[in-house]
Amino acid sequence: MKKFALILISSVLFFTACNKNKLDCCVFPETVTVTLKFTHNWDGTPITATDFNDFKFTTENGELVSIEKLRYLVSNITLDSQIKNYNLINIGENTDLEINFTDINQGTNNLKFTFGFADADNTDGIYQDLNSVSFNVPEMMGGGYHFMQFDGKYKDTNNEDASFNYHAIRAVDMSDTNNLIFEDTSFEVDLGTVEITNNAIVEVKVNIAEWFKNPNTWNLNELNTVLMPNFEAQKMMSANGKTVFSLGDIN
Amino acid sequence: MNCSSKEEEIYTPIPYNLEIPTLFTDKLIAPIIPTNNPLTVEGIALGKKLFFDTILSGDETQSCASCHNPTNAFTDDAQFSNGIDGDFGTRNSMPLFNLAWNFDERFAWDGKEFSLENQALEPVSNPTEMNSDWKTVIEKLQNHTEYPTLFLQAFGTLTIDSTLVTKAIAQYERTLISGNSKFDQFLLGETTLTSEEQNGFDIFMDEARGDCFHCHGSNNNPLWTDNAFHNNGLDSNFSDLGLGAITGDPADNGKFKSPSIRNLAFTAPYMHDGRFATLEEVINHYSEGLQPSSTIDPLMKKVNQGGVNLSSKDKADLKAFLLTLSDFDFINNTDFKE
Ligand code: HEC
Ligand code: HEC
Repeated sequence: MKKFALILISSVLFFTACNKNKLDCCVFPETVTVTLKFTHNWDGTPITATDFNDFKFTTENGELVSIEKLRYLVSNITLDSQIKNYNLINIGENTDLEINFTDINQGTNNLKFTFGFADADNTDGIYQDLNSVSFNVPEMMGGGYHFMQFDGKYKDTNNEDASFNYHAIRAVDMSDTNNLIFEDTSFEVDLGTVEITNNAIVEVKVNIAEWFKNPNTWNLNELNTVLMPNFEAQKMMSANGKTVFSLGDIN
Repeated sequence: MNCSSKEEEIYTPIPYNLEIPTLFTDKLIAPIIPTNNPLTVEGIALGKKLFFDTILSGDETQSCASCHNPTNAFTDDAQFSNGIDGDFGTRNSMPLFNLAWNFDERFAWDGKEFSLENQALEPVSNPTEMNSDWKTVIEKLQNHTEYPTLFLQAFGTLTIDSTLVTKAIAQYERTLISGNSKFDQFLLGETTLTSEEQNGFDIFMDEARGDCFHCHGSNNNPLWTDNAFHNNGLDSNFSDLGLGAITGDPADNGKFKSPSIRNLAFTAPYMHDGRFATLEEVINHYSEGLQPSSTIDPLMKKVNQGGVNLSSKDKADLKAFLLTLSDFDFINNTDFKE
């Protein structure tokens, strides 16, 4: 028979009349809060989760597509002298579309980030939150993490539904499985300077159509699935990604 | 100043820490344990007793364990489980393990139950399951010779209600951890794989062949599931809408939760409706049996050819790999049983 412990709980609650933050009323703040807000569009038409699962966008090459899953990673997000390690943006689940910075100095600040993980950060299995949402790249392809998982369907040349898995990772040449050759296909997105005068929301515009457009016109009939082990396709994605992001409004 | 104080006599149950496998602590974020239902030794023991007790069912013939049997990794071997009145549901029972790592806390094949505590409310009154009602169950528990004391020890009150019953069951369910299969031991460097098992793992991870890892975990996600909802191409027309019936969104029709591929040796038959009796049938499905539909997951490739058409050697090796995830310690763990 277990012994019960008898304990006494006393709780005293205090309420004080004035608990105002002095900074609020008396001192002009020198640093501010900045929220980076990623908004998505297809050549100007806004995209949110509600636009998924519908054949409503047409690629530069002319294929009609339906987006079903789209999540991507940005890392080393740098504003002023602050750096955030990484952020996984999931449009379908509407999660982590915003990144908050506090204590940003007012004035002219630089804003940049890396799409995906640069090699130095792309270590296999070390990020528990990313493992927990299965964002890994198999070890046989060098491990590390996806940069983007973009899944959907397109109408093929017979006007039938076909799958695409536009998955961006560090490019790997697997022609000799005993001697993998890698190329770091993450890239820096430098959005230049932003003028911060107050607490602000800085929009980062993401034009999804650019992934299929520039400089490589993407033909989904040829490049649709099994792109992770496709060295050339990865380099093309990396090239196309460079025009995807741009600076939007600052409010 | 406003001031209040109270004094209360309570029994303090002993806090319990989960024994988490090294691979889970290394690779995954922390399990979900609600702050309003912390694990305690007494709470878990009470939950276990309730889980195996037929007192929860209308005619006292069925417990949770009737359909969630420890030797079957807490599922049963029937296609559809038999409720107390011989009524069959239309869903295959689900194995229960690593539930605290279902980070979105959406339970059942279609995600209709949010949180383990809420889930445990449902079977008691479901006519195709235990077909009782909570009022009767609470009365029986309250008049029982042992239960009131056990609730006092676990929750500091003699007054039993459905909230406390489900809290206790959920505590017990969170202790059901499976993380010691041959493949886990291989990852820890304690054993080696046969060349067939290794090849099977490679197929599982190969985007051009199995491509199973996008939904069913990997060496870096030892849950071996994403706990998310997909249509893996079982049907072109859906008799069971799955997630779609819950969300009301036609784009979710035919989507079901990816099950973990741990412990498949003990959990046949497979899929939400138990349609496949063997792993061969499951693998043949992915290899050449895919059925097109508007909601089929884009990760299902070459659907118009039925799938990627694995060779018979690759199929056999894939099965050999899947079976390395069988955790005999889990099904034999006496802590989990009555
Ligand atoms: C008659 C058989 C039967 C009984 C009795 C039964 N279950 Fe179940 N259980 C099922 C079936 C079938 C499902 C899948 C339900 C669905 O998807 O609609 C399920 C699903 C679950 C799940 C969800 C698992 C997951 O991973 O999503 C949990 C947890 C669970 N049951 C716990 C319990 C508990 C606790 C009890 C006792 C209070 C119980 N079950 C009694 C058949 C049963
Ligand atoms: C798009 C995500 C996805 C992919 C990729 C995938 N599965 Fe599944 N798997 C599921 C879903 C969802 C279910 C449950 C479907 C249902 O019951 O309606 C399932 C069910 C299963 C089951 C049955 C488990 C049980 O307990 O009933 C097995 C075994 C399985 N998959 C193995 C595999 C293998 C092997 C591969 C690779 C060849 C694979 N899966 C690829 C999502 C996926």
